[in-house]
Amino acid sequence: MKLKCFGIAKDIVHSSIIDIEAQNIATVADLKTYLNTQYPSFKQYAAYQIAVNQALANDHQKISAEDELAIIPPVSGG
Amino acid sequence: MKQNINIQIVNKPLSIDQCYDFIVDQSCGGICLFIGTVRNHNKGAEVSHLNFESYTSMALKEMELIASECIEKFQAKKVAIHHKEGMANISDIAVIIGVSCIHRKQAFEACEYAIDQLKSRVTIWKKEHLSDGSYWINARP
Repeated sequence: MKLKCFGIAKDIVHSSIIDIEAQNIATVADLKTYLNTQYPSFKQYAAYQIAVNQALANDHQKISAEDELAIIPPVSGG
Repeated sequence: MKQNINIQIVNKPLSIDQCYDFIVDQSCGGICLFIGTVRNHNKGAEVSHLNFESYTSMALKEMELIASECIEKFQAKKVAIHHKEGMANISDIAVIIGVSCIHRKQAFEACEYAIDQLKSRVTIWKKEHLSDGSYWINARP
């Protein structure tokens, strides 16, 4: 399961894309639990969201390795 | 992309003329341009430069949606939204919103709506470089 990382998320994971083991990750909530465990620094920063196929997803949304997944920290363009 | 919408995220200097030339319309009596520039300070600290990063494909879609909303809500005729990517020095243009409308009131409103929505919805991130380090805006605890 590949995950695009932007902004502070890229700094936390030290990569613009990470490949994680998809076992036991069926929903956005599962993915967040994995990330918060694997990278505790996420807890120190403002809440992030997960984009599934370029749309922000809620925690209940089901995900698979075929989806385009991304960590979306609080945006700050403009 | 619709013919009356022009959306760009580019790693080169933004052009006010290019936005203006796109939105100018014979049926419109009001054109509003918002130009966001890089300032040399933030919250009392001296800023040396910024870096913009985007989830470009998602950001372009959202910017196009915002432009469509300007057309629906404010009867804008044409909308251009251009955003800088990569490094931006002090006084560089970070973003241009251009809207043409029949009357000025709607042009002002549409322009303000578009920049407010861009800042809250579009997947672009700004890293601020100060004398004592660099920080992603909105990401600190």
